Amino acid sequence: MSVQIAPARRSVNGPSALYAGNARSVMLRGWRATASTNWLVMVSGFFEPIFYLLSMGIGLGALVGNVEGPGGTEIPYAAFIAPALLAVAAMNGAVYDSTWNVFFKIKFSKIYEGMLATSLGPFDIALGEISLALIRGAMYAFGFMVVMQVLGLNLSWWALLAFPAVLLIASGFASFGMAVTSYMKTFQHMDWINFILMPMFMFSATFFPLSVYPPDVQFVIQALPLWHGVELVRGLTTGAVEMGMLWHVLYFAVMSLVGIVFTTRRLRALFLD
Amino acid sequence: MPEPVIEARNLVKKYKDFAAVDDISFDVAPGESFGLLGPNGAGKSTTMRMVGAVSSRTAGSLSILGLDPDEYGPEIRSQLGVVPQADNLDEELRARENLLVYGRYFGLPRRLVAQRADELMAFAQLDDKVKAKVDDLSGGMKRRLTIARALINDPRILLLDEPTTGLDPQARHVLWDRLFRLKEQGTTLVLTTHYMDEAEQLCDRIVVVDEGRIMAEGSPSQLIRQYSSREVLEVRFGSQNNEVVARELEGIGDRNEVLPDRILIYASNGEEALGAVTERGHTPITSLVRRSSLEDVFLRLTGRSLIE
Repeated sequence: MSVQIAPARRSVNGPSALYAGNARSVMLRGWRATASTNWLVMVSGFFEPIFYLLSMGIGLGALVGNVEGPGGTEIPYAAFIAPALLAVAAMNGAVYDSTWNVFFKIKFSKIYEGMLATSLGPFDIALGEISLALIRGAMYAFGFMVVMQVLGLNLSWWALLAFPAVLLIASGFASFGMAVTSYMKTFQHMDWINFILMPMFMFSATFFPLSVYPPDVQFVIQALPLWHGVELVRGLTTGAVEMGMLWHVLYFAVMSLVGIVFTTRRLRALFLD
Repeated sequence: MPEPVIEARNLVKKYKDFAAVDDISFDVAPGESFGLLGPNGAGKSTTMRMVGAVSSRTAGSLSILGLDPDEYGPEIRSQLGVVPQADNLDEELRARENLLVYGRYFGLPRRLVAQRADELMAFAQLDDKVKAKVDDLSGGMKRRLTIARALINDPRILLLDEPTTGLDPQARHVLWDRLFRLKEQGTTLVLTTHYMDEAEQLCDRIVVVDEGRIMAEGSPSQLIRQYSSREVLEVRFGSQNNEVVARELEGIGDRNEVLPDRILIYASNGEEALGAVTERGHTPITSLVRRSSLEDVFLRLTGRSLIE
């Protein structure tokens, strides 16, 4: 009997070998599962930011009128909050897949345990799951960008770059979200994620500029990831591009990297003792 | 003699100070059906995890298919089929999809996996459940699906951790039949169980494990011959009286054993022993003569019954 074996990387082997180069099989599993069970949740996550845009951007925007955009020019209120909601769409998509879904798989359905009994390693799982979350974030973002275009809220050609920027944002949240989730033990812990996400969504210069806060509060908000996402995307869709935006890119690159390293380590500790 | 497919020498697994597996040695020959028998917490599952190359050993040596799991984890796992104690089927996927997706985890080509999935659904007698949701399957069907899934990579060794725990008698027999077929086809089976009848049905050779150590080793019949008598007489005098009566029955049969609810008398002829009991003026509430089983072996070896 001959068995075709997935090429396993020889560098770190043993029960704790990290990577079999087969993350796509993990993604394939995710697609099939989503197709058969989760699609309704996916659809609702897609519409949430669009409803915000319509109610606050168009509805509230009629009362607010024009506001000062990132470059100092006057822009419609809807064009001010749309890029922020775009960043939020990417965040929501990525976070949904990488937190609750992952928590359930670790704690209850034992999916990863089954995967790790095959030739897969923890890095295959981390990479596969994070990529899935990233793709979901990207889908949300793409749909949202189309809506923005239709409503005339993309003010510059730089807006094209908002799409890769949003991918990076999704990757940061997906990776970091999965890492944090892998340390969670109970449902109560998981509620902390919502407890942090909700105010971050409201206060990260999403609906009004950072300058309304006193300096101490500004500092806290600038430390949180969503603010970096909002600033990056807003700069691109309004065309107020500057070199300083590279710091935001760096922030998410580091967040992605730290997330995937911790996720891999944690999965190994959990399932391959 | 052919090279053993599993070779464990002085295997130890410690969690902090607690030794879950404490100096275990055994070999498994290709095509053999090997059982680890013992109560809950004996170290069976820990041993299985080490053999399955998902848990590293604290001490000793271990060779699976000629490879050391400390260095060749993924290579070894790619040639094993694992049926874990608790079903971990993918409930977000349909029955056959479980096999398809699992096969891809091994990096096997799609077409090969699809073909094997069809064969294995038939083997598991789940032909008509191809599109069923996992949740809608009965306990026995889930187990058979898990076994089918474990066979998707055409493994050289199939590891089964308590394959029939929690199943009703009929479902157990269907499962045993399937496993027996695999055995006939030459698949090496390694299974843990705390059911004596299961070990007797399926295993060529058994090690009895208790508190992380091997207490005895041999074929089921050898073990019964060595550690028990041909027959066992079970008599009940009511839980209050068993202790007292047992003392007065000493000398009948080879030896006796007092359990909370009954007295076991080990004798080559159970009916004769029962005659001797009534001769001494004791009439049991109920009596039963049966063949000796591995349960008796375990009781003899550890002084405890297997299922408490």
